[in-house]
Amino acid sequence: MQDDISREDRLDWYRRMCLIRGFEEEIHNLNKAGLVQGTAHLYIGMEAIAVGACSAMNSADLLTSTHRGHGHCIARGLDTGRMMAEILGRVDGYCGGKGGSMHITDVSRGMLGADGIVGGGIPIAVGAALGVRLKGDLSVVLCFFGEGASNQGSFHESLNLAAVRRLAVVFICENNLWALSAPFAEVTAGGSVANRAGAYGIPGEKVDGNDVEAVFKAVNEAAKRARAGLGPSLLECVSYRWEGHSIFTRQEIRPAEEIQQWKQRDPINRYRARLIEAKTAASEVLGQIELQVSEQISKAIQFAKNSSLPDSETAFRNTYA
Amino acid sequence: MRQTSYAEALNEALREEMRRDPLVFVLGEDVGRMGGLFKVTQALLEEFGPERVIDTPISEAAIAGAGVGSALVGTRPVIEFQFNDFMTIAMDQIVNHAAKLRYMTNGMVSVPLVIRAPVCGGISLGAQHSQSLESWFVHTPGLKVVMPSTPADAKGLLKSAIRDDNPVLFFEHRLLYAQTGEVPDEEHLVALGVADVKRTGTDLTLVATGRTVSLALRAAEKLSEEGIEVEVIDPRTLKPLDTHLIFQSVRKTNRLLVASDGWSACGYASEVMATVMEHCFFDLDAPIQRVCPKDVPMPVAGPLQKAVMVSEEDIVSNCRRVLAT
Repeated sequence: MQDDISREDRLDWYRRMCLIRGFEEEIHNLNKAGLVQGTAHLYIGMEAIAVGACSAMNSADLLTSTHRGHGHCIARGLDTGRMMAEILGRVDGYCGGKGGSMHITDVSRGMLGADGIVGGGIPIAVGAALGVRLKGDLSVVLCFFGEGASNQGSFHESLNLAAVRRLAVVFICENNLWALSAPFAEVTAGGSVANRAGAYGIPGEKVDGNDVEAVFKAVNEAAKRARAGLGPSLLECVSYRWEGHSIFTRQEIRPAEEIQQWKQRDPINRYRARLIEAKTAASEVLGQIELQVSEQISKAIQFAKNSSLPDSETAFRNTYA
Repeated sequence: MRQTSYAEALNEALREEMRRDPLVFVLGEDVGRMGGLFKVTQALLEEFGPERVIDTPISEAAIAGAGVGSALVGTRPVIEFQFNDFMTIAMDQIVNHAAKLRYMTNGMVSVPLVIRAPVCGGISLGAQHSQSLESWFVHTPGLKVVMPSTPADAKGLLKSAIRDDNPVLFFEHRLLYAQTGEVPDEEHLVALGVADVKRTGTDLTLVATGRTVSLALRAAEKLSEEGIEVEVIDPRTLKPLDTHLIFQSVRKTNRLLVASDGWSACGYASEVMATVMEHCFFDLDAPIQRVCPKDVPMPVAGPLQKAVMVSEEDIVSNCRRVLAT
């Protein structure tokens, strides 16, 4: 990825953030209609992190994701129809209905998988970096995880291992301030994820996770460093999830005024205003983009609904290679 | 054929596979400079260098995860855990990731990962270094589980495990490392999922795994002096189990005893018993019995350890018990 941000980049980032938002909003509706198989963890409010970060990736780069993974998938360019089909448990889903929302994977785009275990993807990202180095590739691995995962042993073991082997990993902590019902400050000693980088002698930086360009710049720098063989970095992108922990969550224990405050810092509205103010695009141009996005989402839903539920026989396939 | 130790046979398997395929690499604690706690990875660092023989920090969860991640991108990692007890620290990566990723992605990915670990009962290392946890992994769909009892099987099975596209848990035994046996000079592969008749007999089928195979063979010799002929079968691969060979033997002898170094409750011996019951009940002349360690953690002091572990005498007396009915 080049350092300069072009007008096309900016409009594309706006489009992708809108796509994530619209996609996630529709999951609410589909869930109410009883069409979602299992649960889903929505990314609404955090769109700038996935879009900013994935925009710093080259085509051969890789990423590992989390239980809250739809944003990363869309930002990386996965097909929204196949994603929605997976969430509805259909045969045309990325995993043929076997994975669901928490396990969407597309290795053809370097997306090594969402993950249902908090912190589970972190050592896998380190292993992927180890593997690509052995193969002689220059790929960088983006490793997404939440602030809750930064208290898992796997986080610390992985940062240490990646640092001593100088592996090409960019650790991206999405700090949305709440691990289900646990507030960040109450369960995280030291009050900062970024500062934990110091323990491993790697760069650590706190980033405004609601600013797509700030995220892009930080990840782009870290990726360049990794590509140059200088090892991993840790970025803490601070943001907020607007919705409950999952679509199953009934009780909201976070303060209503806190949620409202963060909605006022909406990464999409902020970026829209900035693009207009900087005369990057007129409101009508952005409106066109929004229209295209909602058409794409309608098509994705239609594709998913038209796809059939899997034949029960497929439950017994693909346990082993 | 030449005489080779079990540990040397494993070392040969690693060396040959690493020479054959540049994507095969080894990682674990002390596998490089030291050549492995039990010398199985000896001199690999010198030949293949630090990018393919990786001395890791003491981070079992990250080691296992690194194995999964590197396997996902097409390399073939071989992890060494110094004791199978330490795999408990890595269970998330083994059970929730290695075993599941192929299934969860409906076949989009595969995880060609080998995890080697010794079972160590019998050398007074106590409760945290002497377990035989193989049944935990047999319990989990998506994993293959191997437990060789001879140098030739160790070599041939490890080579096959490395070439397999699935996660394979490979259990060795500390007491077998120094044991020698004939190993073919030429390329030697033993297919996963194929059991072996280690001794033929007509009166009783004795299925034994790992260390208990040699105990079973000695027990069989002793009983042979009394005119009792025991057929000893080593499954070699615990999962997938070669049920065909076992059923065939049971249908011939009509009696079965199972020996294992794993505890009896939900253990490997129990699984073999249940499987034979389901398929061969009307071929049996006597209830199936099992010989397993006593249901306590492993103590250290010699007499205590001896009281807990499976012995040749236990196997002999249980053979008699099955034959008495």
